[in-house]
This record gives sequence, C-alpha cells and structure tokens, in this order.
Amino acid sequence: MGRVGIVLISHSTKIVEGIKELIREVIADVPIELAGGTEEGEIGTSIDKIVNAIKTADEGKGVVLFYDIGSAKMNAEIAIEMDEKSTTKIVDAPLVEGSYVAAVESGMGKNLLEVYEAVKKSF
Amino acid sequence: MEIKVEDAIKWFEKINEKIKLNKEYLTSLDQVIGDSDHGINMARGFEEVVNKLSAKEYGTVSEVLKDAAMTLMSKVGGASGPLFGTAFLRFSTAVKVKESVDFETFTLGLESALEGVKHRGKSTAGEKTMIDVWSPVVDFFKRENDFQPDELLYESRTAMENTKEIMATKGRASYFKENSIGHIDPGAASSYYIFEALAEVLQEGEK
Repeated sequence: MGRVGIVLISHSTKIVEGIKELIREVIADVPIELAGGTEEGEIGTSIDKIVNAIKTADEGKGVVLFYDIGSAKMNAEIAIEMDEKSTTKIVDAPLVEGSYVAAVESGMGKNLLEVYEAVKKSF
Repeated sequence: MEIKVEDAIKWFEKINEKIKLNKEYLTSLDQVIGDSDHGINMARGFEEVVNKLSAKEYGTVSEVLKDAAMTLMSKVGGASGPLFGTAFLRFSTAVKVKESVDFETFTLGLESALEGVKHRGKSTAGEKTMIDVWSPVVDFFKRENDFQPDELLYESRTAMENTKEIMATKGRASYFKENSIGHIDPGAASSYYIFEALAEVLQEGEK
C-alpha cells in the first residue's frame, strides 16, 4: 500500500538533504523527494525539479509540499497548476518541523487530507 | 499598428539587450535591498528566451509569449522567474488564437499579465515591486486608443522612479523596512526596460 509522499522545496540543496536525513532517522518507508536549489545546483528553486519530485513522490496517495522562502512557494504553486492534479497540497508550515510531522503521519498510513490537517493543527 | 510575431520576437531581443547592458546596475539595486542576484538572474533568463525564440518558427504572438514565459520560469532563479514568467504566460493566454495583436487586445493582455503577477505574488500596487510599474502602465494603456511609444516611455520611467520613495512591504526587500526607502526597486527597473524595449519596437514599427 502506498504512502502520502513528501516533497521538500528549498533554495539550498543542503537544507533539504539535511531535513531528509533527519526524518530518515525515524521514518524509513515514506517517499521523500527533494527539490533543492536550481537546475545548476545554485541557490534558488526550480519548477522542473519540483514537478519531477512530485511525480516521483506520488505513490497514488497524493503528495504534500513544504517550502522555504521567496520563490519557493510561487514555484510550488506553478508546478501544481501545470500538473493540474488535485492530489498535491502545499502546506504552509515550518519546513523542518512541518515535514517531520507529515512523515510521521504518513508513516502511520494516514491519507492526504489527514496528513495535511495533522500538520496544520500542529502549527 | 498591430503587434506581429516578428515584433514580439524583436521585443524580447531588445529586452535582452537592455537587461544585459544594465546587469551590473540591476544587481547593484538588488544589493541594497535584496540578495543581489536580480541582474544575473534576469540576464540569464532573457538570454535563454532569445535563444529559444530564434530556434523556432512561430505562427502567433501568443506562442512567442508562451515560450518566453516558460523559459523565464525555468531559467531565472529567485522570485523573478515565476513573477515575470506568470506575467507573460497570462499575456499569452489573453491574446490566444490571434495571429497579430491590435491595441485593444494588447491592452487586455497587459491587464491579464498584471493580474497574474498580483495573484502570484499576493501583492498589490504601493508595495515597492514590479507591480508599481506594470499597474500605471496598464492604466495608461486603458486611457489611450492606440499605441503611444513616447508617452509609454515617460509613464514607465516615472513609475519606476516613483518606487524610490516607497517603503517595501513585500518580498525580500520588506525585511529592510524604512531602509528600503531611497532606492529604486530592482523588479521595477527591469520592468521599465521591458516597456522601454516595447516603446522602441513601436517606434520602429511607425516608421
């Protein structure tokens, strides 16, 4: 059975790599995909990276997106508009703590809305 | 005058020239109230746009605008990519189907572009952003009945200069609060080059 996927979007590849490492300490079987930095690996965000991360993270149960500053959220919105899927949700929550909560919830087999609500309730 | 495919392409070529020429200046504006990457990002983005447009045959102005938009979105890092990309994407959708674009349709396109930027950036006029150039330019187009390149130059330049006195309440510059006063907004400056380029295309078209 699939789990709700998590996509981490940040201006920095290192930020999202670190968060994934942190979550993997406790949660092993939840899909976590990273969209950190630009295509060239510089500071920034990339719509293509976000779109690909969503595709890979989606096991059929939907995906939640977490973002950091500035263009990250705008690019996340554009990625969702381009995809036209209703099973991807942006969560307005702190990147580290929010995605951690989401991973725990998803690991318990919760559905997209339950994961989303659980994170929203925590912050 | 009507905007045809070759005018639209020329528009982006001119924007590219201007941004490239003023790359250092744009970056210096961004240094004071941002993360000093605006000039570099915009130059890279519009360079890619021109490369993209020169490699393809286009049937409509809308297709030109769409390719420019998609390229900006994926090649400009930072907030400028999604914002300028959204502007041209909405513009493209608003002028769809028509092979060339008359003044009235162009005005509708500009208006949609502005709405797109406002929506994407969750911003409005008076927050020291690109909107402070796009919004007065749209108002100017709505007042007129035909393209007026000389006045367009004046309107967009004045609007850009007016951003100097505004305190930033949106974007990275808003962290600087009252210290943002006294500096032209980089996004407003880039937007001025976009309309300056348009004015030149129009002037050449009149000859």
